[in-house]
Amino acid sequence: MSFVLIIGAKSDMAKETARVYAKNGYNLYLGARNAKELENFKTDIEVRTSVHVELLEFDITAYDTHQKIYDGLKEKPLGVIVVSGYMVEQKLAQKDWDESLQTINVNYTGAVSILNIVANDFEKERRGFIVGVSSVAGDRGRKANYIYGSAKAAFSAYLGGLRNRLYESGVSVLTVKPGFVDTKMTQGLDLPEKLTAQPEDVALDIFNAQQKGRNILYTKSIWLLVMLIIKHIPEFIFKKLSI
Amino acid sequence: MNLVSWGMYPIVKNHQTTLRDEEELKEYMQNTSEFIPFGNGRSYGDSALNDEILYTKKYNNFISFDEDKGLLTCRAGVLLSEILDSFVPRGWFLKVTPGTKLITIGGAIASDIHGKNHHIEGCFSECIKEFKIMQADGEIKTVKKATNLFYATCGGMGLTGVILEATISLKKINSQFINQTTIKTKNLQETFDAFEEHKDLPYSVAWIDCLAKDENIGKCLLMVGDFADDGDLDYKSKSKLNIPFNLPSFALNNLSVKAFNWLYYAKAPDGVSTQKVGIDTFFYPLDSIKNWNRIYGKNGFTQYQFILPKETSYEGLYEILTKISDSGKGSFLAVLKLYGKSNKNYLSFPIEGYSLALDFKIEDGLFELLDELDKVVVKHNGRIYLTKDVRVSKETFEAGYPMIEKFREFRKKNNMSEKFNSLQSKRLNI
Ligand SMILES: Cc1cc2nc3c(=O)[nH]c(=O)nc-3n(C[C@H](O)[C@H](O)[C@H](O)COP(=O)(O)OP(=O)(O)OC[C@H]3O[C@@H](n4cnc5c(N)ncnc54)[C@H](O)[C@@H]3O)c2cc1C
Repeated sequence: MSFVLIIGAKSDMAKETARVYAKNGYNLYLGARNAKELENFKTDIEVRTSVHVELLEFDITAYDTHQKIYDGLKEKPLGVIVVSGYMVEQKLAQKDWDESLQTINVNYTGAVSILNIVANDFEKERRGFIVGVSSVAGDRGRKANYIYGSAKAAFSAYLGGLRNRLYESGVSVLTVKPGFVDTKMTQGLDLPEKLTAQPEDVALDIFNAQQKGRNILYTKSIWLLVMLIIKHIPEFIFKKLSI
Repeated sequence: MNLVSWGMYPIVKNHQTTLRDEEELKEYMQNTSEFIPFGNGRSYGDSALNDEILYTKKYNNFISFDEDKGLLTCRAGVLLSEILDSFVPRGWFLKVTPGTKLITIGGAIASDIHGKNHHIEGCFSECIKEFKIMQADGEIKTVKKATNLFYATCGGMGLTGVILEATISLKKINSQFINQTTIKTKNLQETFDAFEEHKDLPYSVAWIDCLAKDENIGKCLLMVGDFADDGDLDYKSKSKLNIPFNLPSFALNNLSVKAFNWLYYAKAPDGVSTQKVGIDTFFYPLDSIKNWNRIYGKNGFTQYQFILPKETSYEGLYEILTKISDSGKGSFLAVLKLYGKSNKNYLSFPIEGYSLALDFKIEDGLFELLDELDKVVVKHNGRIYLTKDVRVSKETFEAGYPMIEKFREFRKKNNMSEKFNSLQSKRLNI
C-alpha cells in the first residue's frame, strides 16, 4: 500500500491524522525534528495496525535539506500532509523579531519549500494528494494574532494557487482551516466548547475531505459560518473591534 | 471549566490537567494537593469528579502485543473501542467488557468492571496480567496479581494512584457475530428460571419491564449467546446517531418509557427465538446513539445499580420492582444480570447473585425513593455499585462493603487519603 508523508508529525493533530491514515491501510513517513522522540508513537501505530512506519529527521526551516530528504525516500509518497505550525503569543512575536521570523518560516516559508518539491514530483507523475493545515486565523488579520495569522494567510493563498496549478495533472490539494483545537498548543486556554474540536475529530475530517477530493475544509464546520461573518465586517468597523 | 460524568449530574466547575508523560505527572503529583483521575467520564455519578481532575484519555499509546499469548500492553487512556477496532479483525476480543466500549483501560481497572459473562469470566481484574501505577510519592510501581495494591486498585475508584499502563489478555474469537437466543418471560420466577437454565452460556443479560404490575412483575427479555464460528472477522464499528442537545424533559415521561419498553418487548417473538447479531448490537446497543444521556433532559439522570446475594435475590428484587412500579417513576433501562463468585478486591462490586440497574431522571422525590430502595438492599445484604452512584449514604455504602475498613487503612498507610479524592470518596469517606 502507498505511503503518506506527514510533516510536523509531533503535534497532536498530526499524530491523530497518522492514526487515521494507518487505520485505513496507508504506510507512513513521519517527519519531524528529533524524530527519535516519535519511537513510542511508531510502536503505537505498529501495534494498532499492520502498516509500515518510518521516522524521518526533518526540520521544516532547514530548506536546503528538503530536496535531499525527499529524493532519499525509497518509495515516493502518494500523499503529503503538512501539519507543521508554530504559534507564540502575539505580544511576544510583536516584540521579538526572532519569534516573528520563526512564525513566518515554520508556517509559510518552510511549507513552500517542501511543497514546491512535492508538487514538481506529483505533477510529473500526474498523481497524488497534498494537504496543508492552515488556520482560520489566516482568513482575516486580527490584533490578537495577526503575525501567526498572516503567515497562515500566505500559506492558504499558496495552497489555492497550487490547487489551481495541479488541477490539470489530477493532483488534489486540500486546504485545512481548523478553528480552536484542544491540543498541547492550546493547553491552558479557556476555549469555548462548542467551537473547539478534538484532534481526533479534526483528523477524521481531514481524511474524509481528502478522500473525497475536497478543496477547503473548515473544522469544526461551524467555523465556515463564523469566518464568513468575520470576513464580511466592514474594515471601518472591524478596526475598532477586539475579537 | 464545567465538567460532568455520564449522568450529567452534578455539574462541577473544576480545573483539568491533561496527562501526557510520566515526568510531567511526577511534578503534578508533587504540586497538587488533591485530585482524581478522569478517564472517559462513563461513570454515571461523582466518582471521577472533583475540583481538580487529571484527564487521562490522551495518554493512549499501544505498547506491545504478544500474538502467541494474546497479551496486549497499552497505556491507561486507551479506549476499549480502540482495542476492538485493531484486534477484532485479527481474531481477538476483550475477555471482559461492559455495556459500552467507550471507556478507558484506567476506568475499567478502577471500577473493576464486569460484563454479561461475569458468571463465567469474573471481573476485568481477571484478565489483567499486571499494571503500572504512579503513587502519591511519584514512584511508579509494577503491580502483579495477588498483592495488596492489586486488590486495592482494582475496584478502587482511582483512589490508590494514577494507573499508567496495563497488560491484559485478550480472548481468541473466530467471528464478529454472536449467536443470540432471546427468551421472553412473563414474570420474575420465569426470568430466574431462564437465567439458571442458560447459565452455561458465556453471555447473558435481561431487559426488565419496570412498569409491569402484579403478576407480571419481573417479565423480561433475556438475551443469551456465544460467539459464532464462521471465520467472518470483517469488523467495522458502526457509525453513530447523535442527540445534539438535551431533550426537553417531557420527552421522557412515563408514557414514552412505557412505549419504549413495550416496543422492545413486543418486538420479540413469544417464547424462545434465535438471531445472529454483530458485536456492537449485542454488547453495545446504546453506543450507537452518541450522547444518548441527553435524552433525560438538562437536569441529568442517575443509574441505580444494586446486587443481592442469590439467597435473597428473588425476594428483594420482587420488593424493589414492586416499589418502583408503584412509584410510577419510569426507567428507560432496567437490566438484570446473574453474577458469579466475588473476588478478593477490596471494593469490587460483584457478589454471587443478581443485580439490577435502572436509570432515573433526576427530579423531585427521586432520592427519597432511592433511599427507600436502599433499605431493601441493605435488609437483603446487598450493595450499591460505586461507579454508578451519586447519592448513596455512608451507612448504606458501609453496610454493603465489609472490606471498607481495610481499604481505608491501606489508603492511610500509603499516603493516598489526602492526595486522591473524588466528590464521592469525600461524601462517603472512602
Ligand atoms: C452505557 C453504559 C453501560 C455501562 N455498562 C457497564 C457494565 O455493563 N458493567 C460495568 O461494570 N460498568 C458499566 N458501565 C460503567 C463504566 O464501565 C464504568 O463507569 C467505567 O469505569 C467508566 O470508565 P471511564 O474510562 O469512562 O472512567 P471515568 O468514568 O472517567 O472514571 C471512572 C473511575 O475510574 C477512575 N479512573 C479512570 N482512569 C483512571 C486511571 N488512569 N487511574 C486511576 N483511576 C482511574 C476514576 O477516578 C473514577 O473513579 C457502563 C456505563 C455506561 C455509560
